[in-house]
Amino acid sequence: MDFNLTDEQRMLQETVSRLVSSEYDIETRHRYAASEEGFSRDVWSQLADLGLFGVPFSEEAGGFGGGGVELMVVMQEFGRGLVVEPFLSTVVLGGGLIEALGNNGQREEYLGQVIEGSLLLAFAHGEPDSRYNLQQVETRAEKNGGGYRLNGRKAVVFNGDSADKLLVSARTSGAARDAEGISVFLVDRTAPGVTVRAYPNIDGTHAAEVYLDNVDVGADALLGEEGNAFPAIAKVARRGIAALCAEAVGAMEQAVEQTLEYLKQRKQFGVPIGIFQALQHQMVDMRIALEEARSMAIMAANADQAESPEEAERIVHAAKVIIGQAGRKVAESAIQLHGGIGMTWELPLPHFAKRLVMIDHVLGDTDYHLERFSELMETPAA
Amino acid sequence: MNLSYTPEEQAFREEVRAFMREKLPADIQAKVRGGKRLQKDDFVRWHKALNEKGWLAVHWPKEYGGTGWGPIQRHIFEEEMTAAGAPSIVPFGLSMVAPVIIKFGTEAQKQYYLPRILNQDDWWCQGYSEPGAGSDLAAVKTRAVREGDHYIVNGQKTWTTLGQYANMIFCLVRTNPDVKKQEGISFLLIDMDTPGVTVRPIITLDGEHEVNEVFFEDVKVPVENLVGEENKGWTCAKYLLTYERTGIAGVGYAKAALRHLKNVASRQLKDGKPLLDDPRFRAQVAQVEIEVMSLEMTNLRVVASVAGGGVPGAESSILKIRGTQVRQAITDLLRRAVGPYAMPFISDVFEAGSDVEPVGPEYAAPLASQYFNRRKLSIYGGSNEIQKNIISKMILGL
Ligand SMILES: Cc1cc2nc3c(=O)[nH]c(=O)nc-3n(C[C@H](O)[C@H](O)[C@H](O)COP(=O)(O)OP(=O)(O)OC[C@H]3O[C@@H](n4cnc5c(N)ncnc54)[C@H](O)[C@@H]3O)c2cc1C
Repeated sequence: MDFNLTDEQRMLQETVSRLVSSEYDIETRHRYAASEEGFSRDVWSQLADLGLFGVPFSEEAGGFGGGGVELMVVMQEFGRGLVVEPFLSTVVLGGGLIEALGNNGQREEYLGQVIEGSLLLAFAHGEPDSRYNLQQVETRAEKNGGGYRLNGRKAVVFNGDSADKLLVSARTSGAARDAEGISVFLVDRTAPGVTVRAYPNIDGTHAAEVYLDNVDVGADALLGEEGNAFPAIAKVARRGIAALCAEAVGAMEQAVEQTLEYLKQRKQFGVPIGIFQALQHQMVDMRIALEEARSMAIMAANADQAESPEEAERIVHAAKVIIGQAGRKVAESAIQLHGGIGMTWELPLPHFAKRLVMIDHVLGDTDYHLERFSELMETPAA
Repeated sequence: MNLSYTPEEQAFREEVRAFMREKLPADIQAKVRGGKRLQKDDFVRWHKALNEKGWLAVHWPKEYGGTGWGPIQRHIFEEEMTAAGAPSIVPFGLSMVAPVIIKFGTEAQKQYYLPRILNQDDWWCQGYSEPGAGSDLAAVKTRAVREGDHYIVNGQKTWTTLGQYANMIFCLVRTNPDVKKQEGISFLLIDMDTPGVTVRPIITLDGEHEVNEVFFEDVKVPVENLVGEENKGWTCAKYLLTYERTGIAGVGYAKAALRHLKNVASRQLKDGKPLLDDPRFRAQVAQVEIEVMSLEMTNLRVVASVAGGGVPGAESSILKIRGTQVRQAITDLLRRAVGPYAMPFISDVFEAGSDVEPVGPEYAAPLASQYFNRRKLSIYGGSNEIQKNIISKMILGL
């Protein structure tokens, strides 16, 4: 076993780290988050210029053939900077789906644009009642002439307001929670019948409700085979989860470092509060949680190499369970150990805490993944 | 042993319920239930309604216009008030400065301030904490120097809750810097309209304005605003803290939050069925309900042991710790209950009467920010770490 990054991976890490630490202080980040689109187009093109958007794609698709580890390295640095640019939406989820489902023509047409940073995507999948169940799709796509007509509502679509194209999942057959019968369509955000209500999230990210009211698309909008998109959705979601795990580790590192520094600096009763064993032990628990989270993020990043597809699935569920628990633990303790100042907008720390807790609300929370893991857990043969 | 309420206590509960039904203004109730922002006027109106009935000053003796209630009645009252969706009684005047004035104040101070508190003429805030004096409260540095019949006050207070509404602040100030730190502190009442007082907002992590910094620059305070003796303020401070700790368990709040959790979880769907029917989630709700039961019983035991009219001792630290933990656990389940809809955060939605529609179900909108906001419960009023230090010293003798 070898847990070291390769030279290329280390260079990638340094590149992203340099950009984030030099251009992405917390005030700048708040400004981007509060802007109309919720991120900076400038930073977006800088990230594109660094070649980061090709990282997860195969070489045939024009990418660098990067695997999970490269993605982890990038996302971890993004987590350290609380980066709000739509990398997860556009590159990991959107681009990932096009790569997984698209035909040669679609891949050629769109992935190149994703990689050069000129096309923004959003994955419009979740619905008001679907919670975290990836199979629950009630938006319908009916055959209409040569194409399809879409009706439904998509909930909490990250960066749905700024995306040029939405990847909309819709049911072409089957019942609400069937795995079969789900298709994915590429829909222009500005197409007639599409209404987007944008809003900020509590962690500084941006999302939208997407209403589809008799949206007509051509047959060429369909990605992959009709009714057969679910395996690709599940696969891309797993990638997304691995990416979120890495982001959480970056944010946790920051929360842990900032809290440790504060324990050394802050004086009460004439001594640095880090002298109090009650706080030392909480700080230790935070650090342990971080290390466990890091281990699971590494595992999730390498899930592709698991012995079997079932094992890969178990790993990703397990990782998100630990990340959810560790994220909450680190967030809550970091605020507690800061005292009142940990509750203020002015300090960077609480913003890391908010993102850490909210990562548990994206692509399945601890409960959801624990339940899925329980279902897939190996048990003694009867 | 007998764990039931007496018929008188039950009758009292009915009376409180009837009052809440009749007198709690519907718009205020709707704000509390919907997690909307309460304005100064909402609190004032509610305080006035309670005062008309003689139920505002729950801790005060009857002779000063208080209820004269014992702890069990106060417990019932708090439970019914929170169950009804009433705002909490703002504590700074009624249950913080008033008990200190009653115990240590001059006759003139009692005559002047107590009716003004009852009638809502003054809004008080608490000027204890400073940037360098949080858990180590006795380290306060705000300086008060006697000059003739005035004190000249210089320094800074912080975390002053609702200081933006206040016209009066009670402060711990340093009157003697040359002695042991607890022995050079005085308890001073300061009119915030005095020249040299500046209030600046502190914005919290949820973007709200609930706390402030208060600066004092050569503020002239008449000596008759000193409560108790000069340099004996620490005694007042400690006395006040014991008052701050009655009702500290927050059983009523915990129960109201639990009810809300059950409501939300029965309306949220998971795989087409109510989330509350999901065994995993249901077990977590059951867990907090059980914790609330044990909190309530522990609270009643502490309360009953001081039914003679005193205030609880170090046992109240147990209540503070468990009460805040349970309440935080409930806010955690609440945000988790609504899944992805915990994320959208449109500040205008919390303004009553705003025409901005919430993104998901209306009840989902405030849940994440409330979860983050309630982190304060284990920080203020003596952090949970400090409470544990108290227990280990006072109860365990370690
Ligand atoms: C929302 C909010 C409202 C508030 N309202 C008011 C108000 O109206 N008026 C007012 O005067 N104050 C108010 N406070 C201040 C509050 O009382 C203080 O925040 C609290 O006393 C903690 O002090 P601190 O924030 O300076 O933290 P610190 O004292 O610096 O504590 C930092 C950390 O160190 C820990 N710690 C400190 N000493 C020890 C020790 N000896 N052993 C173990 N652990 C220790 C603490 O538990 C905490 O985890 C408010 C605070 C908040 C958050």
